[in-house]
Amino acid sequence: MTKNRVEPKILGFLCHWCCYAAADAAGVSRFQYPTHLRVIRVLCTGRIDAVFLMDGFANGADGIFVGG
Amino acid sequence: MEVLHRPRFVDESRCTACGVCASYCPVAVPDPYDENLKTRKAVYIPYTQAAPAVFAVDPDHCLFLTRKECKQCTRTCQAEAIDFDQKPQVLTYDVGAVILAPGFSSYDPSRLPEFRYANAKNVVTGKEFERVCCASGPYMGDIRRPSDLSKPKRIAMLLCIGSRDKGRGNPYCSAVCCKFAVKDAIVALEHEPDLDITIFYMDMRMYGKGFETFRQRAKAAGVKFVRARVAGICEDTLSHDLTLRYVPENGNLKEESFNLVLLANGLEAPLGAGNLAVASHIGLNEYGFCQTDLFAPASTTRKGVFVAGAFQGPKSIPESVCQAGAAAASAAELLAPARGTLAASKTYPEERSAPNGAPKIGVFVCHCGKNIAGVVDVEEVAKYAQSLDDVAMVERNLYSCSSDTQALISRTIADQGLNRVVVAACTPRTHEVLFQETLREAGLNKCLVEMVNIRDQCSWVHMHEKQEATQKAKDLIRMAVAKARRIEPLSDSVIEVNPKGLVIGGGLSGMTAALSLAEQGFRCYLVERRPELGGNLARTYYTLEGPNPQEHLKALSKKIQAHEGIEVFADTTIESVEGFVGNFKTTLCSADGRKTHIEHGTIIVATGARPYEPEQYLYGQHDRVVLQEDLEQQIGRGRLDPSELKQVAMIQCVGSRDEAHPYCSAVCCNQALNNALKIKALSPETNVTILYRDVMSYGFREAFYSKAKERGVVFVRYRAERKPEVESADGALRLRFEDAMMRREVIMEPDLLALSTAKVPYENQALVEHLKIPLSSDGFFLESHAQLKPVDAYVDGIYLCGNAVFPKPPDECIAQAKAAAVKAAILMAKGYVTVEPIVASCDTGVCIGCGICAHLCPYGAIRMTKIGKAKKAEFVSAICKGCGICAAYCPVRAITMGRFTDDQIAEQIAAFGAEMCNDKEQG
Repeated sequence: MTKNRVEPKILGFLCHWCCYAAADAAGVSRFQYPTHLRVIRVLCTGRIDAVFLMDGFANGADGIFVGG
Repeated sequence: MEVLHRPRFVDESRCTACGVCASYCPVAVPDPYDENLKTRKAVYIPYTQAAPAVFAVDPDHCLFLTRKECKQCTRTCQAEAIDFDQKPQVLTYDVGAVILAPGFSSYDPSRLPEFRYANAKNVVTGKEFERVCCASGPYMGDIRRPSDLSKPKRIAMLLCIGSRDKGRGNPYCSAVCCKFAVKDAIVALEHEPDLDITIFYMDMRMYGKGFETFRQRAKAAGVKFVRARVAGICEDTLSHDLTLRYVPENGNLKEESFNLVLLANGLEAPLGAGNLAVASHIGLNEYGFCQTDLFAPASTTRKGVFVAGAFQGPKSIPESVCQAGAAAASAAELLAPARGTLAASKTYPEERSAPNGAPKIGVFVCHCGKNIAGVVDVEEVAKYAQSLDDVAMVERNLYSCSSDTQALISRTIADQGLNRVVVAACTPRTHEVLFQETLREAGLNKCLVEMVNIRDQCSWVHMHEKQEATQKAKDLIRMAVAKARRIEPLSDSVIEVNPKGLVIGGGLSGMTAALSLAEQGFRCYLVERRPELGGNLARTYYTLEGPNPQEHLKALSKKIQAHEGIEVFADTTIESVEGFVGNFKTTLCSADGRKTHIEHGTIIVATGARPYEPEQYLYGQHDRVVLQEDLEQQIGRGRLDPSELKQVAMIQCVGSRDEAHPYCSAVCCNQALNNALKIKALSPETNVTILYRDVMSYGFREAFYSKAKERGVVFVRYRAERKPEVESADGALRLRFEDAMMRREVIMEPDLLALSTAKVPYENQALVEHLKIPLSSDGFFLESHAQLKPVDAYVDGIYLCGNAVFPKPPDECIAQAKAAAVKAAILMAKGYVTVEPIVASCDTGVCIGCGICAHLCPYGAIRMTKIGKAKKAEFVSAICKGCGICAAYCPVRAITMGRFTDDQIAEQIAAFGAEMCNDKEQG
């Protein structure tokens, strides 16, 4: 099956207190958005070690979203 | 106390808030939460954050309740939560205190027909505009106007609608409208930067912390401020645009067109306040709000009944929070002897010993009715989960959070001997605690659960992409299972709290806080650097409202001196403060150099503020130029006879709302009114002229502004660009100013000139360093959240109140002091702080003592201490918030974050990548 659409794999690091909460709120409001994001919840974006980002790319992420 | 409990027609214990009932309900009703700009169903949840988060049936619109038809909700609710048999109940409670918090109602602007609210669609209220701007509102955050949903270009905001209006509205100032109008303007500009917004006002009452700066920000962003009261609005019948008629400052009638008009309608006493007053035997004031006293803002006229929030008078969010704290403190003082007598603690089965050996993971996939299962193919997801390594069993639940499923999960954990649990359901933000509880019931450590959010962040946001949503759910579960393999049991640590408080500052706020703590049953130390207690209150002699401040001070001092729970240290300063929440060690230093060491669990900072002493207006050079405080003292002590004065002039905003002090100090206008009215009372012939920029007599104090005008006090506005000038001519004062309204220069020779100067914080640098708490840009102590946590400092266990936070009148000082006291008391009554095991810990064997973590920690939770010969990072878990900045920067990876370890995250990332491999294999 060939796909013409771009289907990027996006890894997300979301801060529990803000962006993760916002993502929940988007759900409550039924905002529709593309399905490509896979989220890892962290307690603060300050937790994010540069290694996580390198790891993410090494594991095939096309993009990494850091939300905090 | 008897309470009428109206039926909800939904069983709270069964409803899971899935919303299926509402999707089938055929009745659409205007939604009052969205100010009727949108509809909701007759079975509804009032708003997203409603507590409890369960549905209710609207009895006025439900087809079954009104016409005995329908019952679609009953048929579709899989949780069987709809219950039409519920009846109104009268519940009887035996209570020791009652707190009334019915809020406020809004003034109905259709009472002013010239503003066309009732028939022009594009004339909206402040609350309606808030909903328009809100992302969850009727237009999803797009600024549109109701008539044709087009984007308005020009918006007018009219202030004082129904406020400061003796004729057809309320005589008082609603206190919050100026602020919310400016906020609305800024928010609207954030959405649509090209908007042309004009605010029509009488006085911009941007008093209080940071608000004047906020107004300057709006001005810089292009918001126009026009000082004019709009006479009327005409609607164009075709375009639905609105033409405003008003007289600007130059006196020439002007007409201007706008696409949308916001009426900042004022606050009123809550609907039903009269009935509540009769039922609870309390008095109301002349405006229908709860009657309170200046020095007892949370007490009603009936002992044991207290008032919280805007029922006491119009107020903003932080003031409501403080008022609520004051009501809670007052109730806690009254009920101190009974504290804890009705409390019961929950017991759990003993935790099974740490799971060693291979992980045995149970995965529970939730359908959430149709919320998840309607989009995600849960059967396929469950099958996939079963195929993952270490997954011992997978189960699907209709509602994982329902109490019977909880019991089932708990049994399954025990029966199957699971040692890790993954719950694929909704968000851990709301439900993790629930599942942790389930694990504890099953004798498993609460940290051995990992939640996967396949509802809020999957099925709900990909409703039309079922296949992709199913794939996403599978990926997220795989990542969670990968993390679950690495999760470990962790326990909360418990830190004891010393049940003693330290109050720094012995003015009105400090004394009130100390007395409240003592009355609530906690010993406290009250430290004052002056030889006597009283602070600014000691220099206050009369008030606008009437109660005598000297008498209040006397009574307060007497109570404090007599209270065995309070130890007063006058003439004493703070030498050092060590320790952390619950465990502070402080050294006090008296004037004669004597040191005292005290130990305490909490700190309340109430160091106050002082009047700014200006260099301009001949202050300090001419004996007839005084501060308002001096004038009050001279009259109060009988040293000045106003009848000897022919002409008194007062200048407002001296050193306020300028470069040095950009803020409005909130109290100086009231001080001027207070002195002016006192002079007029003692000597009606004396002329009093007040030169002002905006009169900030907010709330019910507006009445004193009116009274001053009635008594003949002359108010003359001057412009910030043209400040008055004072010179000494042969020993007499000569005051030269421009009347901004007449644009005429006036020369006056007053016998006395009183300056209303800014209130400025004391130099608190040493204290700031001891306490390690930040200041805001204006030099006052910074609250941890300006709106919602107005008494919490950034450091746990330290609370703030009174003028040290920001200048405020005595009733607000008392409310805030009591709010600080009750926050401190909550901590001390509990007696311990539990620390969630999300905190950082350090392997001192690996730590090289570089100190990067201690430098970066925003909470000061890391100290570099010497262990043997080397320095190591020591973590105070009571202060740590688990942010993990330290772990991210530790060069040797000596730091572990509980529940979010490097290993666990690495596993999640690897599992994220595993999907790629699968895809490639399939491709």
